[in-house]
Amino acid sequence: MSDGALSKRAFLKQVLVGVTGGAALPTVARAASDGAPAPKEIVPPQAVNENHILRMMKDVTRALAKPIEKRRWGMVIDLKKCVGCSACTINCATENALPPGVVYRPVLEEQLGTYPNVGRRFVPRPCMQCEEPPCTKVCPVGATFKRPDGITAIDYDQCIGCRYCLTACPYSSRTSDFGDFFTQGVGLDPKNLQPYEKRDTLEYHEKRNRAKHDSPVGNARKCTFCIHRIENGMLPSCVSTCIGHATMFGDLDDPKSLVAELSGSPRAMRLREEIGTKPKVLYLV
Amino acid sequence: MNSKILKTLWLVAFAVGLFSVAARFFLGKDLAAYNSYIPWGLWVSVYIYFVGMSAGAFLLSTAVYVFKIQRLEPIGKLSLLVALATLAGALVTIFMDLGRPFRFWKVYASPSATSMMTLMIWLYTSYIVLLVVQIRLAMRADLVAASGRPGWFAAVARLLAGKEAPTPARLEKDRHLLGIIGIVGIPLTLSFSGGVGALFGVVGARPYWNSALMPLLFISGALASGAALVAVAFTLFREDRESAIFRDLTLLLANVVLGFLSLYVIFEWAEFSIHLYAAVPAEANAVRLVLFGPFWWVFWLVHIGLGVLVPLAILAPVANRTDPSKVALAAGLIAFTFLAVRVNIVVPGLALEELHGLKNAYSDARLNFNYFPNLWEWGVTAFSYSLVALLFYVGCKNLPLLGPGAGTREGGAR
Repeated sequence: MSDGALSKRAFLKQVLVGVTGGAALPTVARAASDGAPAPKEIVPPQAVNENHILRMMKDVTRALAKPIEKRRWGMVIDLKKCVGCSACTINCATENALPPGVVYRPVLEEQLGTYPNVGRRFVPRPCMQCEEPPCTKVCPVGATFKRPDGITAIDYDQCIGCRYCLTACPYSSRTSDFGDFFTQGVGLDPKNLQPYEKRDTLEYHEKRNRAKHDSPVGNARKCTFCIHRIENGMLPSCVSTCIGHATMFGDLDDPKSLVAELSGSPRAMRLREEIGTKPKVLYLV
Repeated sequence: MNSKILKTLWLVAFAVGLFSVAARFFLGKDLAAYNSYIPWGLWVSVYIYFVGMSAGAFLLSTAVYVFKIQRLEPIGKLSLLVALATLAGALVTIFMDLGRPFRFWKVYASPSATSMMTLMIWLYTSYIVLLVVQIRLAMRADLVAASGRPGWFAAVARLLAGKEAPTPARLEKDRHLLGIIGIVGIPLTLSFSGGVGALFGVVGARPYWNSALMPLLFISGALASGAALVAVAFTLFREDRESAIFRDLTLLLANVVLGFLSLYVIFEWAEFSIHLYAAVPAEANAVRLVLFGPFWWVFWLVHIGLGVLVPLAILAPVANRTDPSKVALAAGLIAFTFLAVRVNIVVPGLALEELHGLKNAYSDARLNFNYFPNLWEWGVTAFSYSLVALLFYVGCKNLPLLGPGAGTREGGAR
């Protein structure tokens, strides 16, 4: 087989694995029929049919190669794909060892219409990682701040627990750690916390243990986009758990990234856009 | 009033309060009923309640020391003491409310200039300094006299004013300084009482709070509640009840309290009626929650009924305004029920979902929109009240603030 011709086997392989996509297919077919030299390597448009998880991991790796201030982490949530399973909520809670009453990513449920024209809408709600976060400027001690990569973080050792930031967040994305444990108040000896309650949390790459009532007990807490995972080349836990591939993650400042591509969709909108916080979590509606 | 009943009441409140405070610190978890969706509750309300009273009482004292209204002289020092006692109650309560209270020093060590809370902290730190200086200047002679008497208060008095009796020239100089510091104190106190309103007003995420009227509501509320508390202290505890000064001041204080209360109600009417008429859901729903929600009685019965209409009815006849018991009752109702006004500012602003569906998205006692203070919160509040009462009692016991002629030049105290 000559270099210029595409073998039948290679052609079928590309079709079967779904890599070529609609745009590439006519090009290949034309090249084969015309007998004209075809390109050595056909690069399909990235968004088409590539496994989203693999693509987003490549996006993350590419972003990590840039200086931190050049990254702009963002999330796109496709509401048509969300089935409301709450796997993201649960995995987030286990990943971050969240105690009772602390939730980073609840899934809001809404019933729409009237019978027989009814539907349900599920809206996962992580921290919006606003470009203009109203929560940071109200903090009296600068414990919460926007990082150079756009993620709003909390310094647990600095936070005094005044909860002003909770009132200032227009999305109720912050919760307070009131020092509760799952085994308290259910008839078990509160001194004998279960092993899962004594686990270290790893948020912000810091090992912390709530069992000693140290911070983050008494502090405000929020979704971090799993900084401890993404800076190790992994996706946020809610993204990797989503059974419907409804949540996409990456660098909004990387034009090749999936999230940057989707952010240009006419379906993209943000929650409570009118208040000017410029969230970096977009919803495809 | 029967002092035995008062002392027993105080002792019960203090004991319950102390137990609740101990539980707050030693059980390792926050026992309060507020939660992540309603993160501020009774304690923040008590804090703004006492801060308002402190500011109001201080502003009343400036009528004496800045505006030289001689008729009000007998309550000048009393107002300063009320301002100090209520400020202490406010600070203790907000200390309890912090998730990590022993990090409060960070607000001084690493303040953030963009926060209204930081501004507030700096303003009322300046206010504390100013208040202590005012007390030293206004009561130097009284403090020096107290420093010579036996008991622990002598040490406090000595710390504040020294041991040396002031000369007449020194006293005159003090009086001059009082006026100057009072002038500084007026904008400072207006800034910090209005600033507490701004602390709420700047929160764009909460349409019920996000109003330019909020600082004015707080200033007028401070004046009404602070003046009411001073009126209660004066009419209940002043000793020379048959004197002309007492009768004259009782009438004047009743009028002042009525005026400030009316001003507050006008601002409140403006705020609520505009929200309701415009009927923008985010704003109007919070007002509807206050007026017709599950806690409608806090507004209608406690605030409007006991806090406005009953006092108005009591004080409407001029004759009642010279009757110390009636003035004490009316002013006491205003002062006491003003906590309902504060609760109705804090909680309804938080009690509506910011995003539809949040209420049912995740089930947990700390993630809901129903809030009513629990016994622990009432217990800590009892501690704050008992602390205010204790400071007031200690001040009055050791300084001639309520005796015959107290606060007047003729009375010798000033």
